[in-house]
Amino acid sequence: MPEIVRRPGLARGGVWLLAGIAFSFGVSCLTRALYHLDTIDGDSIARIAMLAAPFFFLAGLGAFSYWFYWASGKPTLPEDHSAHGAHSWKDYFRINTDHKVIGIQYTVHSFVFLFIGGLMAMLMRAELAAPGRQFVDASTFNGLFSVHASLLIFLFIIPVFAGLANFVLPLMIGAPDMAFPRLNALSFWLLPIAGVMMLGSFFAPGGSFSSGWTAYAPLSTSAPLGQDMFTIGVQFAGASSIATALNFLVTIITMRAPGMSFFRMPLLVWANFSTSLLVVIATPFIAASQFFVLLDRGLGFRFFDPGEGGDVLMYQHVFWFYSHPAVYIMMLPGFGIISEILASRARKPIFGYRMMAFSLLAIVVLGFTVWAHHMFVSGMQSWIRVPMMVTTAIIAVPTGIKIFSWLATLWRGIIHLHTPMLFALGFLTMFTLGGLSGVILAMIPVDIHVSDTYFIVAHIHYVLFGGSLFTIFAGVYYWFPKMTGRMFDEGLGKLHFWTTFIFFNATFAPMHLIGVEGMPRRVADYSEQFAGWNLAISISSWFLGLSTLIFLYNMVSSWRGGPRAPSNPWRALTIEWQVSSPPPVFNFDSLPTVVGGPYEYGVPGAVHAVFKAPDQPVTASSSSPTREAH
Amino acid sequence: MRRGNRTVIEMLVVGVVASAIGIAIALAIDWFPPAASKQAGPIDTLWDVLLIISVPVFVLVTVVVLFSVREFRMRPGQELEDGAPIHGNTRLEVIWTTIPAVIIASLVVYAYLVLRDIEKAPANASTEMRVKVTGQQFAWEFEYPQAGGKTIKANQLYVPKGTSVKFDIVAKDVLHDFWVPAWRMKIDAVPGITTHYRITPTKLGEYPIVCAELCGLGHAFMRATAHVLTPSNFSAWLKRQGAASSTTASSGGGSTTATKPDGKKLFASTELACSSCHTLADAKATGTTGPDLDKVLASASLADIKQDIASPNAEIAAGYQAGIMPQDFAKRLTPAELTALATYLKTVTAK
Repeated sequence: MPEIVRRPGLARGGVWLLAGIAFSFGVSCLTRALYHLDTIDGDSIARIAMLAAPFFFLAGLGAFSYWFYWASGKPTLPEDHSAHGAHSWKDYFRINTDHKVIGIQYTVHSFVFLFIGGLMAMLMRAELAAPGRQFVDASTFNGLFSVHASLLIFLFIIPVFAGLANFVLPLMIGAPDMAFPRLNALSFWLLPIAGVMMLGSFFAPGGSFSSGWTAYAPLSTSAPLGQDMFTIGVQFAGASSIATALNFLVTIITMRAPGMSFFRMPLLVWANFSTSLLVVIATPFIAASQFFVLLDRGLGFRFFDPGEGGDVLMYQHVFWFYSHPAVYIMMLPGFGIISEILASRARKPIFGYRMMAFSLLAIVVLGFTVWAHHMFVSGMQSWIRVPMMVTTAIIAVPTGIKIFSWLATLWRGIIHLHTPMLFALGFLTMFTLGGLSGVILAMIPVDIHVSDTYFIVAHIHYVLFGGSLFTIFAGVYYWFPKMTGRMFDEGLGKLHFWTTFIFFNATFAPMHLIGVEGMPRRVADYSEQFAGWNLAISISSWFLGLSTLIFLYNMVSSWRGGPRAPSNPWRALTIEWQVSSPPPVFNFDSLPTVVGGPYEYGVPGAVHAVFKAPDQPVTASSSSPTREAH
Repeated sequence: MRRGNRTVIEMLVVGVVASAIGIAIALAIDWFPPAASKQAGPIDTLWDVLLIISVPVFVLVTVVVLFSVREFRMRPGQELEDGAPIHGNTRLEVIWTTIPAVIIASLVVYAYLVLRDIEKAPANASTEMRVKVTGQQFAWEFEYPQAGGKTIKANQLYVPKGTSVKFDIVAKDVLHDFWVPAWRMKIDAVPGITTHYRITPTKLGEYPIVCAELCGLGHAFMRATAHVLTPSNFSAWLKRQGAASSTTASSGGGSTTATKPDGKKLFASTELACSSCHTLADAKATGTTGPDLDKVLASASLADIKQDIASPNAEIAAGYQAGIMPQDFAKRLTPAELTALATYLKTVTAK
């Protein structure tokens, strides 16, 4: 066998993937033969292959090598750290245990899906530019909005935050890496599997999954094969998310530098701590909801078949018990990013630091008590609506504390309006709008009218685009110098901000109006009265799409040939800025000691962390984590 | 410090003016479709109150951001300076926790009162009319229980003005959502359970019924019309339907009776609901979701028409999509009924 097929990597992964498909074929045929069913059944083979083949691929890739060696009693490969750092672009396409490489893998991979998901939105807007049928049929259209949402939620927003945090969080707390580097690598490689599966659903017989990202039963339990690619794809994305969250929790709890007490942690660390709590508690629920669907579809279970004692509403309860906290999973890390940027770009300590941390935790707790506000018109028992309205509205209080504290942080600062700061300020105003429409939606009588309309579409895009995506852009610009060692083009960054800000509003603001006027969401066709607004929305959306090309060009060209970045271009105090850009392979030549808060701007003589001079010449082995010695 | 105070006063003035303009614009916008039920009034008022509260909050955030940028933007010479090292202010933090909490609490109480109001049963429950609404891919069916256990069925909704109507909503296949925007109320039709809401129509006219819950490929086309009639017109309509349905009942049922199936009655029957999507002059059907049968069947053979009904995706009329028409008619109709329906269609559409 040629060397390339024997060595762990994508080539061997591909070969093993084929072996996994053959294995699934065998399992399916054998089982069906034993039960005297038609031996060959395409759907059955496909379902088993979707569950099993990815593990063959991961094994071929080398994600499990260390554990296999250890479990079989063979001597484990000594960790020589040769897999740390990336020396060429090829290093990003193999298993790598360096948190900085994984952070970049995550971030770039996520942005690929932002562009794919965004293109789907452009196609949808083309179809919606006029009433009647333009470009795509109902099946494709329903597939487009389902895959658009699924990709942007599970393959963009959630993982891109994990990616940014993967890169900067260990640096911020003074850790040499994440607590479980191999698990970290595995977490990343689960994502392309989910992404390929969801995208590949367009090639499934019967078309892609088309029951929305919510995949409500019984529409999803009776849909063609493409639905399984959501049902199973989500399992891989969810497993990735849970593994990463555990990794963050253990890293934050056990690997903080000396002196880094919880209340000296930067708020980005607090935000990811809170998010990880949400992920480990909530994500198993969406896994459960999709396993129910899979069992109904694949093995004839009757969880959601009312004729056989199934309960249709149970799906929605289990689904939203994850998917509401998921909204905070997609927002809290962004809160962290905004706190970092506002403090360093306004040159002021974060106003009310402790309240900022406590309000994050309050949102975590309250986030689990509001799920049924997505179900005010679902037909569930009616008494539960009022308590859910109350808890939902209460979340506005900790969120308000955060907004007002950020505003107070700006006051009497010295504000540097660089691109990350523009996106942070844009976030403050746009997220406020999303929050206000959220309070409006919490009010049951109004929600009854606007549920399932374009008002909902407007609200979630103000929260996830004006909220999350603005913080993601802010974060990517802010840490770009640290991640790549290059500066981005400030002029193009500003152009990107203003075009995005203007066309974002032109696209999504009118959706509030047409929603209240009566246009339902998830339709390829609509009544003539909404034609004018829809055309305007479509045109704005295309410009919004174009504006992201400015970002793409800026990132690519700056990474390739931008001016070299200094170690601390923003003069920030947090630890990641005290090392070179990009940071050394093992982060720190000597571990930092934390002696003060992270945002002591303007406090004479205040220092966040100091680096001791190394006692001895630093080598790779002495600066590596000692855990490796088995 | 004096300069800071002047800024605060300026912000207050700008904020108040901007809020006033914002509220005026927000209230001037014609947000809602026509209000045609008793329930619409309180909901629309609640909406206005929410706008009046929301606008100043947004103005507050925006004004502080813009004034901060104007006042505290880095001036030349300040490149290496830091802002004032202010870590917090307990009094401020208490204020901006308490005030939103009070506003939220009042809104929640107000919304609860509105909810109770719009869901309240009429004082005399016997005056309330009940209509059973059935959602199926991709049509609505309405049933009016009559004295004596009979029901009258229709595929468009008719209700009398001024009477409280309670809908009992069920679904045959997947989730649907019964929404009349002009009445403001909606609820899912859920397989396995019956859901309810009530409205009192206050305006005569015709209003669209929209399915608001994704139910498959034909979701966008799952529409019907709600007709609000005067009570006397409604009684007359009910009487006409009663007469029509009693004859249908005696001859319907296909193979269970000895009589030959009647294609015209099958077409008009609410079980098949052909007319909710198709136009057919002979049956006075005016649906536009599917092709106009008078046109597309004009030169079709009997075999073609049978195939069009039994396997609708085999051939699709230009400009329409596969997958929207239900594909189970071959199961729902006996061969004799299929032939009768096709023969009827061929007869009435032949030029």
